[in-house]
Amino acid sequence: MKIGVVTFPGSLDDVDAQRAVRIGGHEAVALWHGDHDLRGVDAVVLPGGFSYGDYLRCGAISRFSPVMAEVVEAAERGMPVLGICNGFQILCESHLLPGALIRNDHRRFVCRDQRLRIENASTAWTSAYAEGDEITIVLKNGEGGFVADEATLDRLEGEGQVVARYLDGNPNGSLRDIAGVSNARGNVVGLMPHPEHCVEELTGAGTDGIGFFASLTADWLATVSA
Amino acid sequence: MPKPEILDPQGKAVLGALPRLGFQGVVDVRQGKRFELEVAGEVTEAVLAQVHEMAETLLSNPVIENFEVRVEPGVEQGVEQGVEQSA
Repeated sequence: MKIGVVTFPGSLDDVDAQRAVRIGGHEAVALWHGDHDLRGVDAVVLPGGFSYGDYLRCGAISRFSPVMAEVVEAAERGMPVLGICNGFQILCESHLLPGALIRNDHRRFVCRDQRLRIENASTAWTSAYAEGDEITIVLKNGEGGFVADEATLDRLEGEGQVVARYLDGNPNGSLRDIAGVSNARGNVVGLMPHPEHCVEELTGAGTDGIGFFASLTADWLATVSA
Repeated sequence: MPKPEILDPQGKAVLGALPRLGFQGVVDVRQGKRFELEVAGEVTEAVLAQVHEMAETLLSNPVIENFEVRVEPGVEQGVEQGVEQSA
């Protein structure tokens, strides 16, 4: 399958994400923030970094870039979209995902190998895992505190939209230890930690991140309306 | 401004710094943003409605922030008017 990886001005992890896509068994297609079409990709990854310098709010300017208009429209038709770190922030700002990400409660940048539990293994991006799987991938953020009102949090829990949760202590003040969420349909997933950095023994904290890039199936894509 | 129920780590940092500098009696600090928009011509109802839309779509994130819009006289009275906006 062809998976597009968007590069915004200030993206950092786009090349790692492309590499992870290839290791996951797919073709990586570079997309630019100024693009007005998605070059025929089947899915999109929004990588980590500091798009538009995090000016105004993280993801607030990126949301209005030309390529995001295409991504939002395609996501609403069911196309799988994975947002990692800054990509997660962009998805929240775009209202493709509920909630928002604010500055870490302890006000320091956090960079560590983070243990997570996969809470929902039926999304487009997590089907290679089993529910309850515990994985360790890199976490690095300054504004990774996931917040939403109580009613939204209850709904996310109730509908199984909490995709991953932090284990061994909460690293950034995220409510209910939430590390990743999905939309109701399960095609859009946002994740604060970085699976793309954990796909090779040589450079990562293990290879637990591969699953996010190996989950996409033809069945999922068949559900995307034209 | 961040909504009252949203944690404001920056405000907390300021709150922690004040007593260290000898300022007493402050029990809470919330930190927000202020935008000054200069508009051409008069601030009509239509202009104000548009400014509200700007605040909702770009300047603030309604999930975590409240905002208010205030009209102030411009630098050159009668020529330009300023619209102040706090998010």
